[in-house]
Amino acid sequence: MYEHDVIVVGAGGAGLRAAIAAHEEGADVALVTKLHPVRSHTGAAEGGINAAIRDGDSWEDHAYDTMKGSDYLGDAPAIETLCQDSPKETIQLEHWGMAFSREEDGSVSQRPFGGLSFPRTTYAGAETGHHLLHTMYEQVVKRGIQVYDEWYVSRLAVTNHDDPTERDCHGVIAYDIKSGEVQGFTAKNGVILATGGLGQVFDHTTNAVANTGDGAAMAYRAGVPLEDMEFIQFHPTTLPSTGVLISEGVRGEGGILYNSEGERFMFEHGYANNEGELASRDVVARAELTEVNNGRGVNDEYVHLDMRHLGEERITDRLENILHLAEDFEGVNALEEPMPVKPGQHYAMGGVETDENGETCISGLYAAGECACVSVHGANRLGGNALPELIVFGARAGRHAAGKDLGEPEITTGKTEDSELGQVDTPVEPGAVGTPEDAVADGGTAVTEPSQTVETALEAERARVENLIEKDEGVQQAELRAKLQKSMTQNVNVFRNEDGLKQALRDIRDVREEFENVYVNDPSRTFNTDLIHTIEMRNLIDLAEAITLGALARDEFRGAHWRQEHQERRDENWLKHTLLSWNNGTPELWFKPSILEGAEKKYEPKIRSY
Amino acid sequence: MSTQVPEKAESETESETEPERTETPGDRRRAEKRARQQESTEVQETTETEEESIHLKVFRYDPEIEGKMEPRFDDFHVPFTKGMTVLDALMLARDRFDTTLTFRHSCRQAICGSDALFINGTQRLGCKTQISDLEEPVRVEPLPHAEVVKDLVVDMEHFYDQMHAVEPYFQTNEAPSDELQEQHQTRENREKVKMSTRCIWCGACMSSCNIAAGDNEYLGPAALNKAFRFAMDEREGEDMREHRFKILDQEHGVWRCQTQFSCTNVCPKDIPLTEHIQELKRSAVKNNLKFW
Repeated sequence: MYEHDVIVVGAGGAGLRAAIAAHEEGADVALVTKLHPVRSHTGAAEGGINAAIRDGDSWEDHAYDTMKGSDYLGDAPAIETLCQDSPKETIQLEHWGMAFSREEDGSVSQRPFGGLSFPRTTYAGAETGHHLLHTMYEQVVKRGIQVYDEWYVSRLAVTNHDDPTERDCHGVIAYDIKSGEVQGFTAKNGVILATGGLGQVFDHTTNAVANTGDGAAMAYRAGVPLEDMEFIQFHPTTLPSTGVLISEGVRGEGGILYNSEGERFMFEHGYANNEGELASRDVVARAELTEVNNGRGVNDEYVHLDMRHLGEERITDRLENILHLAEDFEGVNALEEPMPVKPGQHYAMGGVETDENGETCISGLYAAGECACVSVHGANRLGGNALPELIVFGARAGRHAAGKDLGEPEITTGKTEDSELGQVDTPVEPGAVGTPEDAVADGGTAVTEPSQTVETALEAERARVENLIEKDEGVQQAELRAKLQKSMTQNVNVFRNEDGLKQALRDIRDVREEFENVYVNDPSRTFNTDLIHTIEMRNLIDLAEAITLGALARDEFRGAHWRQEHQERRDENWLKHTLLSWNNGTPELWFKPSILEGAEKKYEPKIRSY
Repeated sequence: MSTQVPEKAESETESETEPERTETPGDRRRAEKRARQQESTEVQETTETEEESIHLKVFRYDPEIEGKMEPRFDDFHVPFTKGMTVLDALMLARDRFDTTLTFRHSCRQAICGSDALFINGTQRLGCKTQISDLEEPVRVEPLPHAEVVKDLVVDMEHFYDQMHAVEPYFQTNEAPSDELQEQHQTRENREKVKMSTRCIWCGACMSSCNIAAGDNEYLGPAALNKAFRFAMDEREGEDMREHRFKILDQEHGVWRCQTQFSCTNVCPKDIPLTEHIQELKRSAVKNNLKFW
């Protein structure tokens, strides 16, 4: 059994920042991560960090752009916090030595990005995330923060009071990948989930193979609501064969999209007459697929992104990494030919419901970064807003968990009396199969004694691992994962309709039932990746279901969420967040209004035009 | 999608099938699994003939499992598709034929650095290596000069220790006190350190270095490159530069490098490691001259 003040789960951008912040507040911090920190997927972020650090720009303008980009589903207190804190957090990275690209005078460079009214995307080549991740890991090393690398957190230790808002999180249970040992970690102050994306729910994604949404799924089963899960961002420019990301920076620098007829379709077919290629991501992704569906795609699958006209010097200076990606993963020399691109799953706007301090409705449980939904991205995330989210809310969660008073948050969490209950007609019964013991919170059996919580959860987890390994036959996770991913990509993609969503729910149900018979073929305790993938698979099922249920409930068209039968943004009904709670093993749907009241002004919903 | 099985499933598991002593549940399960595999091979063999497949020879070892304690190579035949990388092939082999096959991987776009392997005798990233560029059978082994944990997974602790030994973090006494004031860096200086910042800690260079293999204390190319990244950063200041050279200018530091270029040759991020180490040597000499 290990004990620390603050335990951070996941060591990408948000986790590292949270750990540093908590450490600076004097807490004894541990980072527990299933990869080594430098292997985290934050390293793959390319574009940059939006921060209003220049004359002529202001955090208010950044907030306005973000609110508009979110299609008025972001919460103003969260968005304003993001935009106010981002400049100092970005300069903090600079003070930690991050190798930002530089202007002639030695100041950090900024460039234009989609949906931004000012070129405020601060960047380090086309590998900003790599620099950010390494810079922060360096600071973790400098401070001597304890890192448990290749330890897979597979269960939260949460008390099991009937009302989730009365539950407490006392720690986590993790599996030492190298030795196979399952151990309890007690957190005296709090647990911060920073486990990143869930792209593995889909089969064409820019996300790493490790991005299986573990934190979000565990929090969900422990009783924390998942918020706005239907909003999945599909990035318009991913390589068709692998899903590898081609940064929006290419379009920011002037890259042009062409269809198979050589038309610059963003303009010529009227998708975004003003912004063209730099319209918001959802707009560009739909435009590309519409071109393909109308027979103007290249090889009926993708479109072309051309940056040759930028010239070798500029490309090498600012987008060199893109040349390597196009060459290594698609065999294309982007100096001589256009790159094939198509939309791919990229980012989950939704996630664990938190307030501006990163806290959830369960006392002592926090979330930050992509796994969280503090609601800064709403229905559509602007490029360059993910990295500031990591550092801003990672730092806040870390400080708050370590005991610093950050003031009363304006965003409420957990189900309250004001919550509006929702109903959605599903073709199958969603949620846990039968009433197995894991229908209750991930904490395990009914434990309300803090001292026993971690121990009880540890026993439950040891039993689960034992069962999976000892089981001799059944179905293997790889088969189920492929089935799930395929259905999600087919039915819950950029374009959605009711039949497809219902089909996805049926498929998810099938997979869930089959998962009852899952077994781990590898009997070894040493580095058993088969076991880890199997535990991850359960998380993918729960998250896929949450995404699909949210998408079915929201019968309107907002941001990244497009519905064939509902082509209007319906502000009168839908200026509200969808929430899903898993309290008795059956997802419950409810809503809460989005907050458009900022500190100084109210954001009036306007039609988003680009 | 057609389902493929290894054309020679027998050879894949040959070394294990006979001497089975069903002592542990693991052994028993493995035996059953093999039986199932053979069965399905017989069913499939007649139907799949045309599809092009590639032949992988993959190193296997597990300290816990009776049949795998003795290192061996398993053969996998996986269907080939254009653009396929070694990592793609390994994942296919694992997901379809043997889920116990173990290797690290995550981003599959050459940035997480977790799948450095010894492929056809060279250190490379599995995700970045096109199958079509390789001669068959494609031999996949764990990184040499590192302890094998299981199959293709090696212990990275020593590598991390060496990285940490060079104080791999920015240190300056001249940081602005104002939280919004930038600490300027010239474009030229950024350009100077740019390549060194690309390191993804994959360990390929360390594994390829003969000197590192024979001298456990040698900092090695990756750590020296990390040191270069900070030593050459003008923002750190002169005092810190001297401090850094104290770490580098010692017996197991820069002087161990014998300019064999193997690190530079294998670096998947094209970092001129050897050149960086030479430059550190030159600077160390100049520093020492100055002190006299």
